[in-house]
Amino acid sequence: MNNIVFLVMRRMRAPLLTLVVVYAITVLGMTLVPGRAPDGSIWHMDVFHAFYFVSFMSTTIGFGEIPYEFSDAQRLWVTFSIYVTVIAWLYAIGTIISLLQDKTFQRAVAERLFARRVARLREPFYLICGYGQTGQALARALIQRGQHAVVLDWDEQKIAMIQLQELPEYVPALAADASRPLSLKEAGLPHSCCAGVVAVTNVNETNLMVAITAKLLHPAIKVICRADSRDVEANMASFGTDEIVDPFETFAKHLALALDRPCLYLLQRWLGGQQGALLEEPVYPPRDGRWLVCGYGRFGKSMAAKLSQLGIETTVVEARPELTGEPPEGYVHGRGTEVETLIDAGIHEAVGLIAGTDDDANNLSIVMTARQMRPDLFVIERQNHAENRELVAAVQANMVMHPSAIIAERIRVQLGTPLLANFFAHAMHEENAWACELASRLSALLGEHVPKVSEIDLDPEQAASVVRLLEAGVEVTLGEILRDPWDRQRSLRCMVLLVERTGQHVLLPGEDFALEADDRLLVTGRDSAFTRLAWNFNHDAALEYVRTGRTIPQGWIWRHLAKRSG
Amino acid sequence: MNPEKVIFGFFIVLSLTLNFGFVLGEIDNPAHHHVYELFAVVVVNLIATILKFGDRSQMGAVLLATSLVAILQLAAAMLVWVMAVHVNEVGLTNTVTASIVSLSAGAMLANVVSVVLLIIETVMLRR
Repeated sequence: MNNIVFLVMRRMRAPLLTLVVVYAITVLGMTLVPGRAPDGSIWHMDVFHAFYFVSFMSTTIGFGEIPYEFSDAQRLWVTFSIYVTVIAWLYAIGTIISLLQDKTFQRAVAERLFARRVARLREPFYLICGYGQTGQALARALIQRGQHAVVLDWDEQKIAMIQLQELPEYVPALAADASRPLSLKEAGLPHSCCAGVVAVTNVNETNLMVAITAKLLHPAIKVICRADSRDVEANMASFGTDEIVDPFETFAKHLALALDRPCLYLLQRWLGGQQGALLEEPVYPPRDGRWLVCGYGRFGKSMAAKLSQLGIETTVVEARPELTGEPPEGYVHGRGTEVETLIDAGIHEAVGLIAGTDDDANNLSIVMTARQMRPDLFVIERQNHAENRELVAAVQANMVMHPSAIIAERIRVQLGTPLLANFFAHAMHEENAWACELASRLSALLGEHVPKVSEIDLDPEQAASVVRLLEAGVEVTLGEILRDPWDRQRSLRCMVLLVERTGQHVLLPGEDFALEADDRLLVTGRDSAFTRLAWNFNHDAALEYVRTGRTIPQGWIWRHLAKRSG
Repeated sequence: MNPEKVIFGFFIVLSLTLNFGFVLGEIDNPAHHHVYELFAVVVVNLIATILKFGDRSQMGAVLLATSLVAILQLAAAMLVWVMAVHVNEVGLTNTVTASIVSLSAGAMLANVVSVVLLIIETVMLRR
């Protein structure tokens, strides 16, 4: 507020001074120039009337000559006054208008408006720094889940894009440098409703700065960062950043999982995907044989490292090894887009190929060339820009690695359903067969779309009836509750994946698992199942019916009648 | 030499001297207090006030406040003048003159404070 007032006052100084001086001169002149009264005597206008006359003359060019008709001397002076005052007014108004169009002024107003809107937020929100592909995907996902977001990005065009994207909810956004603590403060970092900070700009240093600022100014909140290098990652971890996402490392882990335990990888894709999308087909990357890695950048390096960890041989193809560094086991020089290079690298003996350069056109070309030579080759393609989605889909690579999408997915899971991350951490200890069985159960239960995954707390807010029963000492098991409140013979099309109880986790609890108050359930299933589940959890009659099959009377009269007859 | 300081100093001292000149004389004698002098005080005071617009320093804020007080006092004095001479048409009686002069004397006090503040600031700068 102060900024705006000072800006206006500073800019208006010169025009106001001009107005005062011009008014002073014209008023003085009006009182000095002699007029003639109707009786012929010489008459001088007094200061009050002169001021009155000049006031309306300068704004409207007059209602006429009052109180008496003017003498020619007065008319001469008025003619002069009209031009001076009109120019002074034009100058003042012009200054105000140019001030309104001034970038600095507009920025000050936008900043003020933004800070006020953020300060007014009364529900938990996440502060997203960086509104690139990742930030956009994340903001959309958060809002679809009913959570709130505040966005910071230094690029005004990206901020302007928010208005065009038609998000279902208003998202306060400001074009400001996220690495400045002041901008973070304005964006609500110290706000008591700020639930977490997500730093996903494409500059490592900015993300680092955001993480440090967040940890210092509001240590209690969750801080999630993107980091593209080991250095920065270690640095962020050193001061307790809650979650650090390295897209290349993450995808390398995905690939390792797909190679090692394809079913578990499939589960991860299904449960972590965007709700409502089609379930992905399982992929089975071949393990026995040589892989070609085209491009030895950050992505290529982490892929090659992961593959050799699993004992798989790789051949690296790199056009500019002087920039990327040479792999220890040698490389084939070239981009990988030409037939010769691929033949040199041994494409005819290879089982898989990774098109991992940072150029989408090159990657597409690599995949198409390789496919022409070896239609049966397993191909992984790195997609760099979201706009190229259709092209990448058209070449039908077996796996697509899109850094922004991977980060958005990881963070979405972290913010929306942290229990899902715990679930996978536990699932890592299980055999592939366990995951395959679960996957087939899930697909039978859910059909072909990505299910809803949600956490339900057994507290009075989310499960009032169940908590009432539990506090009364009644045993409630999972099997009793996961039934249709319309027909208890049918079970609901949902599944409890994990139960958290006082920090302990129970993986895939069975039907006879006895619930306790304050348990936290990770549930997946169709949307409709969640609606019915909410009835079971919160409605005494529905809960009684699914548990015992009895219908309890609900109205006052019926309750009395039932008591009497019972 | 700071031209901004020179200009502001000039106007604030001028408004004090003009104000003093207007107040000087018998308080209830209209012959001792001329309307043009009051007019000049108002104009010069307005200029001094606007010159302090947008000054973010502590001293600038206080000077803006004292100037605004002076303007307020002078506006009241002018209002009394206009009411007496033009609206009620009682003319410049002794009572009216006294109240006009005392109101502008209040404005003079505010101007004195401004000038004193200006002097303090100048002394403290020691340049």
